[in-house]
Amino acid sequence: MSILVNRIQGADAESIDAIRAAFGIDTNKSIVTQYFEYLHNFIKGDLGVSLTNFPTKVWDVLAQALPWTIGLMGLATLFSFMLGTMMGIFVAWRRDTKLSHTILGLFLFIRSFPYFWLGLILVYFFAFQNTIFPLGGAYSIRYSKADGWDYILSILYHGLLPGLTITISSMGYWMLMIRNNMINVLAEDYILVAKAKGLPLNRIKTYYAAKNAILPSVSGFAMALGFIIGGSIVTEIVFSYPGIGFMLFQAVQQQDYPLLQAIFLFIAIGVLIANFLSDIMIMILDPRVRDGSK
Amino acid sequence: MIKDMFRLFFENKKALSGLIILICFIFVAVAAPLVAPYGPKQNEMDGKSFPLMDSPSPRHILGTTHAGYDIFSRLIHGTQLTLGVGLTTGIITTFVSLLVGLFSGYMKGPIDDGISFITNVFLVIPSLPLIIVIASYVPMRGVIPIIFVLSITGWAWGARVVRAQVLSIGEREFIKVSEVLGERPIVIVFREILPNIISLVMATFFTSTIAAIIGEATLEFIGLGNVAAVTWGTMLFWAQNNGALLFGAWWWFLPPGVCIGLLGTSFALMNFAIDEISNPKIRKR
Repeated sequence: MSILVNRIQGADAESIDAIRAAFGIDTNKSIVTQYFEYLHNFIKGDLGVSLTNFPTKVWDVLAQALPWTIGLMGLATLFSFMLGTMMGIFVAWRRDTKLSHTILGLFLFIRSFPYFWLGLILVYFFAFQNTIFPLGGAYSIRYSKADGWDYILSILYHGLLPGLTITISSMGYWMLMIRNNMINVLAEDYILVAKAKGLPLNRIKTYYAAKNAILPSVSGFAMALGFIIGGSIVTEIVFSYPGIGFMLFQAVQQQDYPLLQAIFLFIAIGVLIANFLSDIMIMILDPRVRDGSK
Repeated sequence: MIKDMFRLFFENKKALSGLIILICFIFVAVAAPLVAPYGPKQNEMDGKSFPLMDSPSPRHILGTTHAGYDIFSRLIHGTQLTLGVGLTTGIITTFVSLLVGLFSGYMKGPIDDGISFITNVFLVIPSLPLIIVIASYVPMRGVIPIIFVLSITGWAWGARVVRAQVLSIGEREFIKVSEVLGERPIVIVFREILPNIISLVMATFFTSTIAAIIGEATLEFIGLGNVAAVTWGTMLFWAQNNGALLFGAWWWFLPPGVCIGLLGTSFALMNFAIDEISNPKIRKR
């Protein structure tokens, strides 16, 4: 409360009372009642008023940032999962070749760097030294929604560098994950039988080995989707991307409690949805889980 | 058994190269004042001040910062705190995961359920937002809050892995035998179970140390550490906030990142080696 009052210097007693009422802290209700009121308001789509963006509603502030983060991080996570998994399958299948050793070593190395630093390097080489890509932001201010295609292209253009940072730095994780599982699966007897039967090797690789080895990766992927909202903070700071992570960072610095509360609520919702998705995906892919109830 | 483990570890090429990198860094950290040409906050010598934001030259092999500090010297002195925080956090995290994992895995029943529940809660909390929130509300700035915050958010994964392993080992015959012989639980846990999960403990230590070093750099980079301390993370913070990118001062933000990456790689190599040693399927076909 005092934070806001400090901000609006010189407000008289009457307006301070009005502000108190607006934030719902004029009451002497117990904390439990207040909590249920918060839940009730949440169902009605009212998350209170943001302190720093006063008098904008928290909901409107969030609605501005959420699509950027979900779009950028969601796509980047999807790409890195797909690329990483495909490489992991390859690396496990051809495990004793020079090429797979090199790929493995390279990504082990990349994974050891802080990803914000990789972002800095990309910005330095592709935005400062050679102005191929923009320095930051989500789209060029020259365009607005009314411009249609140009606007979308501008968004893609601005999202490429941060997206690339996330994709490159997290690809190694997916690669190692499926590689280790795949190697365990490849040592199973049914793979040997499949080879002895003379099945095409590609078929063994895809339908016999990879399909079984991918299960932990899939549930890991679903969980990673849940961490999208919380996981984008530093990337968004480096690229000054107007997403939820950047907003969380600002909210912490400016002690904007209603906004913080709402962001954490969404992080929690994200994790819950991801857990649910993960269970469903495993159910679809794994017959042991699917038929277990019969 | 433990001796075999160490022998395999030292015979492994990956482990050895990882260990050598780590030892080099430890040496640099310990001997920092001797190795570094200048002090970390020295910007003049014999009354002549160093050039500002200067590119690498024979006198300053990695150039200088906006305040005229020698980057190579800062890098060397920064090794001390960076490595110290990383290793301390790694040790604390491993210790907590081990204790929690051993305890809940061996106890089973309602105690295990309770502890597992807490572990799972910590697992699904996204750590970075939590770290940032805690770090901004801890009244003091510096190394200790960072160690504290990283340890609090880092132990859960290890605890779960250790617990799973302890559960499976607890079912083996030799444990049953000790139980029938009437050994006290504490003896069984530390004398029978612990030696069998030593590779897991080492893997947990390596993984959590990498996470700690990167986490430390991240926190300091966004300015949540003590910005006056000299570490690789704060070097990146100053570089970012003084427009090192803008002035093309690659010698300022490149080296700290490369060092973090090298240190991380050394732990990753050792971790990989442990994986190979403890899982013969991965070692050879």
